[in-house]
Amino acid sequence: MSTAVTSPTTPDARADHAPLLRIRGVRKYFPITRGIVIQRKIGDVHAVDGVDLDVLPGETVGLVGETGCGKSTLAKVITKLHNPTAGTLEFEGRDYTHYSRTRMRPLRRQMQMIFQDPYASLNPRKSVGAIIGDPFRIHKIVSKKQIKPEVQQLMELVGLNPEHYNRYAHEFSGGQRQRIGVARALALKPRLIVCDEPVSALDVSIQAQILNLLEDLQTEFQLTYLFIAHDLSVVRHVSDRVVVMYLGKIAEIAPRADLYRDPKHPYTGTLLSAVPIPDPERGRARQRVILQGDVPSPINPPSGCPFHPRCPLAQFPTCREEAPKLRELAPEHFAACHFPLSGLGDLLTNALTEPTAGRDSQLMPPPTA
Amino acid sequence: MISLTRPEPTDRNEVILDVRNLRVHFPTPDGLVKAVDGISFQIRRGETIGVVGESGSGKSVSFLTVMGLVSSREAHIEGEIIFKGRDLLKLPQEETRHLRGKEMGMVFQDPMTSLHPMYRIGTQIAEAVLTHEHTSKKAAMKLAVEMLGRVGISKPEESARRYPHEFSGGMRQRAMIAMALILNPDLLIADEPTTALDVTVQAQILDLLDRLKADFNAAVAVITHDLGVVAEHCDRIQVMYAGRIVETGHSQVIYYRSRHPYTWGLLQSIPRLDAEEMHRLRPIEGLPPSLIFVPPGCAFHPRCPYVMDVCRTEVPELGPAHAFNASACHLPAEEKDRIFSQILAERG
Amino acid sequence: MGRYIIRRLLWVVLVVILVTFFTFVIFFVMPPVDPAILFAGRAPSERLIAQVRESLGLDKPFFVQYGLFLKHIFLGDQYGWPGFGMSFVTRSPIRENFLGRAFVTTQLAAGAAVIWLIMGISIGIISALKRGKWQDRLAMGFALFGVSAPVFWLGLMALYLFWEKLHWLPGTGYVPFGEDPSQWFLHFLLPWVVLALLFAAFYARMVRGSLLDSFGQDWIRTARAKGLPERKVVYKHGLRASLTPVVSMFGVDLGTLLGGAIITETVFNLPGLGTYVVRSVANGDIPVIMDVVVFGGMAVALMSLVADILYAFLDPRVRYT
Repeated sequence: MSTAVTSPTTPDARADHAPLLRIRGVRKYFPITRGIVIQRKIGDVHAVDGVDLDVLPGETVGLVGETGCGKSTLAKVITKLHNPTAGTLEFEGRDYTHYSRTRMRPLRRQMQMIFQDPYASLNPRKSVGAIIGDPFRIHKIVSKKQIKPEVQQLMELVGLNPEHYNRYAHEFSGGQRQRIGVARALALKPRLIVCDEPVSALDVSIQAQILNLLEDLQTEFQLTYLFIAHDLSVVRHVSDRVVVMYLGKIAEIAPRADLYRDPKHPYTGTLLSAVPIPDPERGRARQRVILQGDVPSPINPPSGCPFHPRCPLAQFPTCREEAPKLRELAPEHFAACHFPLSGLGDLLTNALTEPTAGRDSQLMPPPTA
Repeated sequence: MISLTRPEPTDRNEVILDVRNLRVHFPTPDGLVKAVDGISFQIRRGETIGVVGESGSGKSVSFLTVMGLVSSREAHIEGEIIFKGRDLLKLPQEETRHLRGKEMGMVFQDPMTSLHPMYRIGTQIAEAVLTHEHTSKKAAMKLAVEMLGRVGISKPEESARRYPHEFSGGMRQRAMIAMALILNPDLLIADEPTTALDVTVQAQILDLLDRLKADFNAAVAVITHDLGVVAEHCDRIQVMYAGRIVETGHSQVIYYRSRHPYTWGLLQSIPRLDAEEMHRLRPIEGLPPSLIFVPPGCAFHPRCPYVMDVCRTEVPELGPAHAFNASACHLPAEEKDRIFSQILAERG
Repeated sequence: MGRYIIRRLLWVVLVVILVTFFTFVIFFVMPPVDPAILFAGRAPSERLIAQVRESLGLDKPFFVQYGLFLKHIFLGDQYGWPGFGMSFVTRSPIRENFLGRAFVTTQLAAGAAVIWLIMGISIGIISALKRGKWQDRLAMGFALFGVSAPVFWLGLMALYLFWEKLHWLPGTGYVPFGEDPSQWFLHFLLPWVVLALLFAAFYARMVRGSLLDSFGQDWIRTARAKGLPERKVVYKHGLRASLTPVVSMFGVDLGTLLGGAIITETVFNLPGLGTYVVRSVANGDIPVIMDVVVFGGMAVALMSLVADILYAFLDPRVRYT
C-alpha cells in the first residue's frame, strides 16, 4: 500500500517521534456534471488522488507543484475547509476525518492557516485589532478585557506597531497585511500552521522579511509548518523535507538537501532545471530540459503514471499502464517512478551545486561605444 | 509588404531606443506621484535588457510611456524618448499610434485578462495586421495563423478560431507574443511576461522569446522582479528604485561586481536554488518609499546600511546612458568593491 | 451552444406552466366572489347561478378546468386561436379585442424600446467617455430625473405642455397607421418618449458603469498597444464587452412592457392591454384578467429566452453553461 514517511531530519526533533499530522489515502474529487435538465455526473476532477503524509512536530514540510497538482486543495482538506472524498486525517493521534464543525472547533485551535493573498484574505470592514482578536472571541479563551493587550502583544511579535490597533487593513502595505495574517494565525498558539503560498504575492525584499519572521516564530513557539509554494528556491530555504506533487499525487518526498542535489523523479528534475538562477554563468551553462505541452488538467488524468505523456524518460508500455508506487530509493527519499533518475545527468541538467570555473574572472568586454 | 523572413542584417549596434531624462509624474488628490523621476538609457538592436525592480520602482510605467500608453492627460511627461532617431514625445498622437503594434510591440503580464474574451484569437491577432497594413482580411488571418505556428501553438488554423478562455495560460501568452511580433517590430517590450505562469511553462516562454529575438533581430526589454530570469536571458540589466535607475551594466557585472547597496540588498534577500548552505536571508530593512514623498538625496538612503551624510542631501548621478557599469551611489568605487567581495565571500 | 438553447427552452416551458398554474389558482380557487355569480348578472336566482356554473364548466374538478384552460390557450377554443375564452362582461369572445389591443401595446413598447435603447446607450457612452466632466454630470442628472419622475406625472406634464399649451401635438388616443400615418406617429410620439425616458435613464447609468468597468480591463490596454485608433478601442473592444448586461435587462424589460404598459396607456388613453386589464379588474372580468396575465408572463419568458440567446452570441464564454 503506502509507505509511511517517518523520522525527521530536523536538528530540534522533539522527544516524541509520533507524527503531529498523519494523513493516509486522502482523495478529494470534485464532481463534473453535465445534462440539460438532470445533471448527471460525467466525471471528476481528481484534485487530490491518494496522498499519504506524516508531519512531525517541529519540522517544516515544503509542498511544491504547479497548477493543478492539488497542493492547495490538500491544504484545505487537511484543515477541513473541504471534506475529503476518501482517506483518513489524524492529528495528534486522533482521527478527525469525519468531525462535524462543532467537533472541529477545539481542533482548530491547534491547526491554523495563513493565506496567499494579503489583499483578499483580510476582512476590509474590520479593524486590525478585530481581525487578530477574533480567534480569542470565537474560542472564548480569554476575558474580553484581556483581548486588546494580547492582540497588541501579537502585533509587536510580528513586527507591527501596536498603536495601529484600530487601523483598517487597507491602510497597510502588502507585507504588513501578511504580518497581520500571521498574527491572527498565531493568536491561539497552534501547533501546526499551514502556510498556503504566504509570500508569493509579495515583493522580493518583503518576502525575505516574512520568511525570516516565520523562521523566528517557529523557533520561539515550537511551531510545525506545512509550507506550500510554487517557488522552489523559497521552499528549499524553509523546508526540512520537501514533497513534490503532480496531478494530485506525490511524485517525490525527500529531505531537502537530497531532493535538490539528487532528485529521483524525472518531474522533479525538470522542475529544478526550469527554475532560473540569479547567476548568469551558472544559469546559462546549465543545459535545460524544456517540457513539451502544458501542465495537464486533473479532470482526466492520464493512465498509469500521470507524468508519462510529458516525461522525457518514459518507457512504454510500463509507464503508460502501471501507476508507480512511492518507493524508498535512498534513506528517507521516496519517489513514485518506475525508472527513477540515477543522477541528474540522466536528464541533461547540469548539477546545480557545481559552480562553473572562473566565476569572478572573465567579464564581457565593453561593446563598441 | 509584410514578410516573416529574417530581415537584412543591420548594424548590430544601432541604437533603437534612446531615453533621455524621462520623468513621468501623476497628479493625484494625495499629491504628485513621481513614478519615473529622470531616467536615461539606451537599447540597441539585437540586445536584451532586463529591467529589474520591485513594485513602485517605475519599471512598468517607463515602458508604458515609451509605448505611448500613458497619455499626457493623466501625467506630466518630460524628457525625450528617441525611437529610431525620432523623439516620440514631440510627435503628434496619430503618428505614435502608427508605431505602436507595428514597430514597437508589448507583451503584458496576465495572459488571462490581456486578451479580449469575446473575439477569437485569430481575429485579435489579425486585427494587429489590419490596423497597420492595407491588406485583405484573408491575408491578415493567414499571417496570424502562420505566426501562431511560429510561437509553438499546435494546429494553428484550428486554434486561431478558438476563444481565449479555451486556451491555457501558457498558450495565451504565446498568442500575445505572436500578436506583438507579427509585424516585425524593432522593439519588443515584455512586462513581467512569465510572472503569472508555472515554472515549467515559464521556461518554455522564455526559451521562445530567446529564439524569436534571434529570428527577428529586435531589441528586447524584459521587465521583471525575478533576478533569475534576467540573469539567464538578458545581456544587460538595469536596476530601478523609486523611479530612478540605480545601477546598470552587463549581467555578469551586476551579479559578480555589482556596485549599489540596493542591488546588494536584493541579491542577499532572495533564497537561491544553488546556495551551498542555508544562510539566513538578509532582507532590506524598512519599506519601499512613497512616490509622493520621495526621500531627499538618494531615495534609498533611509534603508541603506552604508548611508553617509552626503546621501541625505545630494542625488547621486548614474553615469553615461550605455555605460559598461554604472551605479548611482556616493560610495567610492573601492569601497563598493570591497563591500561586495565581502558579501560574495559570505555567501559562499 | 445547442445544449444551452435547449436548456433555456425547457426553462421557458417550465415558467409558462408555472405562470398559468398560479394564475389559475389565484382566480379560480381564491376569488372572494364566485365567478358564476359575477357572470350571471344582476340578482341572479340560485337556479341561474347553477346553470351558469355548468355552462362555464365551473363545476368540474380543478385540474380538469386547468387542463381545459391550457388546452384552449395553446390549441384554440370554439372562437379561434389562441383560445382566450369569453368575457364575463361583454359576453363575447375575448380574442378579437385582445389581439387588437395587444397590437397597440406592441407598437407602444417597440417604439419606446427603440428610443430608449438609442438614448440610453448613447448617453451612457458619452458619460463614460467624459467621465467627471460636465457632460457626465448632466447626463447623470438626467438619469436621476428619469428614474425618479413618475410616469404619470411626466405624461400629464408632457400633455399639458405640448398639447394644451403649445398645441404642437394632437391629444391622447390611438390612430391606426393604416388610417393616417402622420397622425399615428404624432399620437404615439409623446407616449413613446415618456415611456422611454424612464428606461433610458436606467440604461444610461448601466451602460456608463459597464463601460467604465470595461475600460479598466487589461484587454483594452492590449488593444491600444496594438495601435488601434481610440474609436475602435472604445467601440469594438470596450462596448462589446459591456453590452451583455444591457441585453439581459432589455429582454426582461421589453417582455414586461408587452404585457401592458398600464400607466402610460391610461394617461394617453391608448387602447392597449394595460387599459384592458385595468378595466377588467374593475369589472371583475376574470377571463380577461387571466388571459392578460398569462400573455404577459409568456412574453417575459420568451423575450428572456431571446435575450439569453443573444447574450450567448455576444459572449462565447457562456455557451457551455
